[in-house]
Amino acid sequence: MIAELGHFALVLALGLALVQSIVPFVGALRNDARLQAVASPAALTQFLFVGLAFAALVHAYVVSDFSLANVVENSHSAKPLLYKVTGVWSNHEGSMLLWVLILALFGALVAAFGANLPDRLKALVLAVQGWIAAAFLLFILTTSNPFLRLANPPLEGNDLNPVLQDIGLAIHPPLLYLGYVGCSISFAFAVAALIEGRIDAAWARWARPWTLAAWMFLTVGIAMGSYWAYYELGWGGFWFWDPVENASLMPWLAATALLHSAVVMEKRDALKIWTVLLAILAFSLSLIGTFLVRSGVLTSVHAFASDPTRGIFILCILVVFIGGALALFAFRAGTLAPGGVFAPISREGALVLNNIFLSAAAATVIVGTLYPLALEALTGTRISVGAPFFNLTFVPLVVPLLAIVPFGPMLAWKRGDLQAAAQRLMLAFGLTLGATIIGADFAGVGTTLPLLGVWLGLWLIAGAIAEIAFRVKLGLAPLDESWRRARGLPRSAYGTALAHAGVGVTVLGIVVATTWATEAIRTMRPGDTVELSGYAVTLNGFVDRTSPDYDETAVQFSVRKGGTIVAVLEPAKRRFATRQTETTEAGIRTFGFSQLYVSLGDIVDNAVTVRVFWKPLVTLIWLGAIVMAAGGLLSLSDRRLRVGAPKQAARRQMAAAE
Amino acid sequence: MTRKQRRLTLIAIAGVVLVAAAGLVLYALSDRIVFFNSPSDIVDKQIPAGTRIRLGGLVVDGSLVKRDDGHVRFDVSDGRTSIAVSYQGLLPDLFREGQGVVAEGVIAPDLSFAADTVLAKHDERYMPPEVVEALKKAGRWQEGQGTVEGAAGAANGPPMPLQPGTQ
Repeated sequence: MIAELGHFALVLALGLALVQSIVPFVGALRNDARLQAVASPAALTQFLFVGLAFAALVHAYVVSDFSLANVVENSHSAKPLLYKVTGVWSNHEGSMLLWVLILALFGALVAAFGANLPDRLKALVLAVQGWIAAAFLLFILTTSNPFLRLANPPLEGNDLNPVLQDIGLAIHPPLLYLGYVGCSISFAFAVAALIEGRIDAAWARWARPWTLAAWMFLTVGIAMGSYWAYYELGWGGFWFWDPVENASLMPWLAATALLHSAVVMEKRDALKIWTVLLAILAFSLSLIGTFLVRSGVLTSVHAFASDPTRGIFILCILVVFIGGALALFAFRAGTLAPGGVFAPISREGALVLNNIFLSAAAATVIVGTLYPLALEALTGTRISVGAPFFNLTFVPLVVPLLAIVPFGPMLAWKRGDLQAAAQRLMLAFGLTLGATIIGADFAGVGTTLPLLGVWLGLWLIAGAIAEIAFRVKLGLAPLDESWRRARGLPRSAYGTALAHAGVGVTVLGIVVATTWATEAIRTMRPGDTVELSGYAVTLNGFVDRTSPDYDETAVQFSVRKGGTIVAVLEPAKRRFATRQTETTEAGIRTFGFSQLYVSLGDIVDNAVTVRVFWKPLVTLIWLGAIVMAAGGLLSLSDRRLRVGAPKQAARRQMAAAE
Repeated sequence: MTRKQRRLTLIAIAGVVLVAAAGLVLYALSDRIVFFNSPSDIVDKQIPAGTRIRLGGLVVDGSLVKRDDGHVRFDVSDGRTSIAVSYQGLLPDLFREGQGVVAEGVIAPDLSFAADTVLAKHDERYMPPEVVEALKKAGRWQEGQGTVEGAAGAANGPPMPLQPGTQ
C-alpha cells in the first residue's frame, strides 16, 4: 500500500512539475502576476510529493518489502539498517529518485528564499526548473520505476553489492548529486535571463551563491569518491581517470570557471555572455555525466548496466536541454549589452586567463572521455584512453593555471600593476623556493618535475597567506591596525584565500604521494616481516570472524618503527554469502598526514600475498578538498553574498564607491 | 585600452591556449591511447612487440601460477588462441580461472604479454564488454549466458544485458 502511495505521489509530482513549467512561464511572457505567483507553491508542493515518494521507497527498504522488484534486487533482510537505507540509492532506479528529490529540493529553496528576486525572473527560473523536473520524473515513471511489484515475491532479497556496503558510498552519491543538480539552478538562472533578454551584475549576485553551493558539494563529493576508491578498492590509488570520475570532474571544472567569471560579472559588469554560456555548459556537463553513468554506454567500474531505452531517453533529455539552451543562447547572446572595459593586466584579466585555462583543461577531459565512445560508435574500434593521455594533456594546462593563481587577487580591478603584484609576492616566492630546495636536499631527491609540483603546492598556500597579509597591511602598518583590518575584511576574502590554499594542499598531497610512495609485494606467512620506509610490518596470524552479513578472515600485522610497535593493522577478506562474493578491506593507519596501507591478495595454505604501501602526505589530497569547500562555505556565509541580501549589498557597494 | 584591443588580446591568448591544448590532445591521441585486442588479434595482426594494448579474454583453467614475490602468470584465451600473461601485483577480488579478464600492458617479442594492470569490476555477474567482443569474434559466445560455459555466478538473478545499445 505504501509503495502504491509512493508511486502515486511521484505521478502527482510530475503533474505539479508540468504546472510549474507551463503556468509561470506563460505568466512571465504575458506579464501576468497571478500566473507567475503559481511558481513558488508549485515548486514547494512538488518537493513535498517527491519527498513522499522517496520516503515510501526508504520505508520499503527498511521493512524489507520483497514484493518490490527494486528492493529484492538490492537489499537483504539481514543487512544493517544503515545499508538498508543507503541501498535505496545504490541502484539505478533509487539513485534517479534521489536525483529528482534533490532537484525538487533546490527548486523549493529558490521558491522559499528567493523573495528578493524580481517576480518575473523568479517565475522563469522556477519554470525552467519545472522543465527539468518534469523530464526526469517522466524518465523515472516510464523507464525506471522503483515501485514495480513482483507477482511472486521471494522470501529473501539478493543483497546489496558488498563493495557498495560502505559508509563512503552511503554519503558519496547524495553529495555528488547535490553538486550535479545544484548546477541546474545556475542553468535555470541563465536560461531565464536569456528568455528575458536582460542580464546585469545583479543577476550574477543572485546566481553565484547557488553555483558556489553546488561547487562545494561537488568538491567534497569528488574527494569522497576518490577516498572511497582509495581505501575500498585496495589498489592504493586515488584517481583512475575512469570515465565516471571524469563525468564528475568536467562539471566541476566548468563550475569553477563559472564561479570566477561570475565574480567579474558581479563586480565589473563584464564577461556577461561568457558567464551565461558557462552556466549552461556546467549543467550540460552534469547532464552528460548523468547520461554517461546512467545510460550504460560506458563500461566502468561504477556504471550500472541498464537497458538501452533508458540511454535513449536520457539522450533525448540531453539533446533537448543542452541543444535548446545553446540555441537560445545563440539567438539571444547578441542582444545582451556588453559590459565594462578592462586592461589585460588586471584582476579581470587574471580571471579571464583562469577561465581560458580551466575551459581548455575541461575540453581535454571531455575529449579523453568521449573520444573512445565516438570512435567505437563510428568505426567499432575499441580503445582506452587512460592516465597517460590525461597526464600529458590535463597536467600541462593546469600547471600554468596554478602558477598564476596567487597573482590574481594581488591585481587591482580594471588596470593592475604586475610589477607591484610581483613585489608583493616576492617573499612568498623566495620562501617557497627555499623550502623546496632545502626539502629536496634533505630528502635527497634530485628529480625536477616533482620538485616543481612541490613548489607549486607551497606557492599556492604561501600566495593565499600573502594575499591576506597584503590586504591587512601586515608589517606595513602598526599591528593593531592590521588586526582591525583583518576583522573588517569580508568573509569572502578569507574564503577565496582558503580555497586557493586548499588547492595548494591537494597539489602537495598528489605530488608527494605519487612521487615518493614506496611499495612492496610479498607472499607472507605468520612471523614474516616486510621492511618499508623505516617501518617493519610483521604478519602475526590469521583471525576468522563472523558477522550477520559476512564471514571474514582478518590478517593481523604489527607495525614497528625503531623496535616499538606503533600500530596493529587488520586488513581482511570478507565473504558475502548471499552474493557469493569477496571483498578486501585494506588496513590503513595514518601517521601525521602520511599513511601506511596494507592490502591483501589471495590467502592459500596459511600464506597470503600482501601489498604494503607507504604513502607520504597522501591525506593532504582529500584534506585540501575539504579546505577548498570550507573556503566556499565561508564565502557563502558572507552577508553580502547571501541570497536574500542583494539590496543591502548594493547599498554598501554604493557607500564604498563614495 | 579600447574594447576592440581588449577583444583582440583576449582572442589571441585564448587562441594560444587552445592551440596548445589541441596540440597536446592530438599528440596524446596518437601516442597514448591503448587499443583493445583479443589473443587472436595479437597473433593475426602481428602487432609489434612493445605496443601497449588491452588484452581481453577468459583466464584459462589451471593456468594460474603464483610466486612468492607476488609475480603471477596465467593464460588468456578467446577460445582460439591463448596468450601467456605475466603480472606483478595483487589480482582483483573477482579474478577467477575460467572468467573474463581485461589486462593492460605490452607485448613481448615472444608474443607473451607483460601486464601492469588487471582490471577489477564491481560485480561477479559482470562480463567486461571487451571480453564478450573477443569471444564473439572467435565464435565462442552464446547469447544470454554469463560465460562460454555458462559458469558465471548467475545463480542470484538473470544475467545483465551485457552490451546495451551498442550492438
